[in-house]
Amino acid sequence: MRPERSFQGLILALQRYWADYGCVILQPYDMEVGAGTFHPATTLRALGPKPWNAAYVQPSRRPKDGRYGENPNRLQHYYQFQVILKPNPPDLQDLYLKSLYAIGIDPTLHDIRFVEDDWESPTLGAWGLGWECWCDGMEVSQFTYFQQVAGFECAPVSGELTYGLERLAMYVQGVERVYDLNFNGREGAQKVTYGDVFLQAEQEYSRHNFEHADTAMLFEQFRMAETACKSYLGAGWSTVGNQKHHLMALPAYDQCIKASHVFNLLDARGVISVTERQSYILRVRELAKACGEAWLATDAGGMTGSAA
Amino acid sequence: MPDLLIELFSEEIPARMQPRAAEDLRKLVTDKLVEAGLAYEGAKAFATPRRLALLVQGVPARQPDVKEERKGPRVGANEGAIKGFLKAAGLTSIEQAKVQPDKKGDFYVAMIEKKGRAAIDVIGEIVPEVVKSFPWPKSMRWGEASAKPGALGWVRPLHSIIATFGPETEDPDIVPFAVDGIAAGDTTHGHRFLSPETIKVRRFDDYVAKLEKAKVVLDPERRKQSILTDAKNLAFAQGFELVEDEGLLTEVAGLVEWPVVLMGSFEEEYLAIPDEVIRATIRNNQKCFVLRNPKSGKLINRFILVSNTEAKDGGKAIVAGNERVIRARLSDAKFFYETDLKTKLEDRLPKFKQIVFHEKLGTQAERIERIERLAVELAPLVGADPAKAGRAARLAKADLLTEVVGEFPEVQGLMGKYYAQAQGEDEAVARAIEEHYKPLGPGDRVPADPVSVAVALADKLDMLTSFWAIDEKPTGSKDPYALRRAALGVIRIVLDNGLRLKLQKAAPGPDLMSFFADRLKVQLREQGARHDLVDAVFALEGQDDLLLIVRRVEALGKFLDTEDGKNLLAGTKRAANILRIEEKKDGVTYDGAPNPALYRQDEEKALSKAIDAAKAEASAAVTREDFGAAMSAMAKLRPHVDAFFDKVTVNVDDKAIRENRLRLLNEIREATRAVADFTRIEG
Repeated sequence: MRPERSFQGLILALQRYWADYGCVILQPYDMEVGAGTFHPATTLRALGPKPWNAAYVQPSRRPKDGRYGENPNRLQHYYQFQVILKPNPPDLQDLYLKSLYAIGIDPTLHDIRFVEDDWESPTLGAWGLGWECWCDGMEVSQFTYFQQVAGFECAPVSGELTYGLERLAMYVQGVERVYDLNFNGREGAQKVTYGDVFLQAEQEYSRHNFEHADTAMLFEQFRMAETACKSYLGAGWSTVGNQKHHLMALPAYDQCIKASHVFNLLDARGVISVTERQSYILRVRELAKACGEAWLATDAGGMTGSAA
Repeated sequence: MPDLLIELFSEEIPARMQPRAAEDLRKLVTDKLVEAGLAYEGAKAFATPRRLALLVQGVPARQPDVKEERKGPRVGANEGAIKGFLKAAGLTSIEQAKVQPDKKGDFYVAMIEKKGRAAIDVIGEIVPEVVKSFPWPKSMRWGEASAKPGALGWVRPLHSIIATFGPETEDPDIVPFAVDGIAAGDTTHGHRFLSPETIKVRRFDDYVAKLEKAKVVLDPERRKQSILTDAKNLAFAQGFELVEDEGLLTEVAGLVEWPVVLMGSFEEEYLAIPDEVIRATIRNNQKCFVLRNPKSGKLINRFILVSNTEAKDGGKAIVAGNERVIRARLSDAKFFYETDLKTKLEDRLPKFKQIVFHEKLGTQAERIERIERLAVELAPLVGADPAKAGRAARLAKADLLTEVVGEFPEVQGLMGKYYAQAQGEDEAVARAIEEHYKPLGPGDRVPADPVSVAVALADKLDMLTSFWAIDEKPTGSKDPYALRRAALGVIRIVLDNGLRLKLQKAAPGPDLMSFFADRLKVQLREQGARHDLVDAVFALEGQDDLLLIVRRVEALGKFLDTEDGKNLLAGTKRAANILRIEEKKDGVTYDGAPNPALYRQDEEKALSKAIDAAKAEASAAVTREDFGAAMSAMAKLRPHVDAFFDKVTVNVDDKAIRENRLRLLNEIREATRAVADFTRIEG
């Protein structure tokens, strides 16, 4: 499974590399998210004092980026490879460069650059400083030192790496169109391309995202997710002695993710006006903040003597 | 004398922050050195993507000793006071203090001698202070240390610090300090990929040389020069010309430690995209330079990229990779451009009804309607066809909704022109769509075509009157809607085109005129005019015609340069001063006409006559807008004013005569107001 020959080989090489480093290799989160950062293994685990090293592939959905399978680079569903290291090790840049080497990008042949890119997620109430990582002028990863998540200061700071897998694979395979990527590394009749796996899905979901997604239902779903999130948060607080603990931060956060994705779909359908847009983002952020606060009152969030 | 070398080695510093950071480092360290009594000979700072470096030359090895006298209590003061004094002055017994007499008696005085400290110890305190409080636009925490509050902040993780201090003839010492666990030392690293080994340095000379060997050019100016030279040569060798771009050059020099210039190409079909869009695509997204055909001035299908490494294959893979990305970007741009061409500009307008311009000012659609109305109204005043001005105003903002402008906001207006031309609009209309944003800054061109002028004025005047109406005026350094620029734009359009415009009518709004006056002052001051002359003219009633104001200021300036002007100014001021004092004393204003029957001296009569004549002549000249002639009329007053002050005493005992003379003085003041308020003029 050579990383430069197949999409899956690339994923396996990255998993192997970060597993060897000592990361927990997780599987994708089983909900629709816009980016790997939304996975609770990043958003929530970035909060609190406990060390945490994890890596995983996350299918990411950006309904607005759908192009009916006609654009060579744009997809409404794609894969991110996400690494989070808390606290960030001092040699994180070197670790990252070695991971590129592991997937066939040799720094003696290529021009690898760290170009300023401050990251901010208004829906997650999060920001960090870092770079876009360029390989020969192409952005292949995002590199971020989280400073704040869900409105809380990160202490300690996590380092987050996000690899755009399709783009990287296109580069190492020398392919111009994402659907031409070799997925399984076989040739001839046994070869499966990215298009074989995903082209139909891109076409169908583009129709769905832009034309048919049921907006009345989506508005209702947004409201339901928001209500559920708040009610789980409310129900999860408990007091032991004089310390407040939270017992349902994760289920509440699921509803926050849900609301965020539903909002993205509504946005793609063009039914949210410019002024409303801001208020929806704010509503999701309020949920994210409340979930972050709840998480910090759990065991994994660093609360000692938690009732859970 | 010893030199100081500092290097702060970190992860990649954003290119845009490097020049300022180098300057801040130099200033903060040297200011503190001077404050500590360590006057230095010279200092220079440098930045690369991974390091800030500072050389301070000729720092004294020690601070000078300082002697200080501290005055204590009176001799014989109570014990508490004496004790306190000893403690504060660092003395063990009162015998160590001198006794000095002063007017109130004998006092104790302590002579405190402060021995200067070794400079290296002082520097060891200064540098950590500077590092800890460094003014990065945005700084961050990192690593294990970030778990605790008060962790060091830096622009990106800081890895090591060099700080050496010593004279040229000896091995310098490492300045002993540590910041948040990072101890100062004498080692650094070379180029990330080409020479990552540890380098040990002594002082600036070998530091620069060793870095160079390790593929790092420390001086950003040298990196810029080498990029520019190589890029020009590479282009020239193939018969092309580099499109120079100072901003891009500075940025690119901040992205590389070891610049290697390479050339790539793209498919010719993309040259169908407007040059400006190609350039924006290649520049903004890829930080590459474009090239043109020196004969036609048109872009060609090549670009220059600056890599940060010497690749084993001579850069083939790097060029190929960059070409791929640029091809994809241009393909997007071409798609955007072609998509845009399919929709007529006016068909985009309904969408503006859903776009809020400002919550208190309604939608973009409403703003466009206002601009259109105003442009039509202004058109005859600036010699434009009202129908064309209206058409241009209606379409001027439509390109904001196009794909290309969405992607590259800096080509707004320009794309509007292209799309207007493509749909067969009148050339003046198309041009006005591009030019209505102008002038954008002091260096920008001022529109001259009447249709452009009408729309450009309407756009800016609407901004000003609208934000004035909701009381969102610029304050201090805050000007989020760039209203100062809008006002200055109006001023430049009016003056450069010699337009006659009653601003009060075109842009009503409480104290909007004084805002224009302030902008005009700034503008004239930059051209070397005196701001007090602008005040002197604005102080007159109904001054809202910028062109006349400026002409009057010019005439006034010339007049005041003459002997007559200077003396008349002095005389008028003298009259005004006397009046002010006497009016205050008497509690009345002497503003009625003087009574000729009360004139007692020839000089009074002559002055009165001269005033009447000057007034009539000057106001006739002002009506003709001949301010030079108005000034000349004033000049005729001068000998009579001088003679009056020479021969006539104002404050005489006879009350009636005194009051009459004060009224005559008032006449001088009033007469000069025909051209300007002389009391506002300085000197």
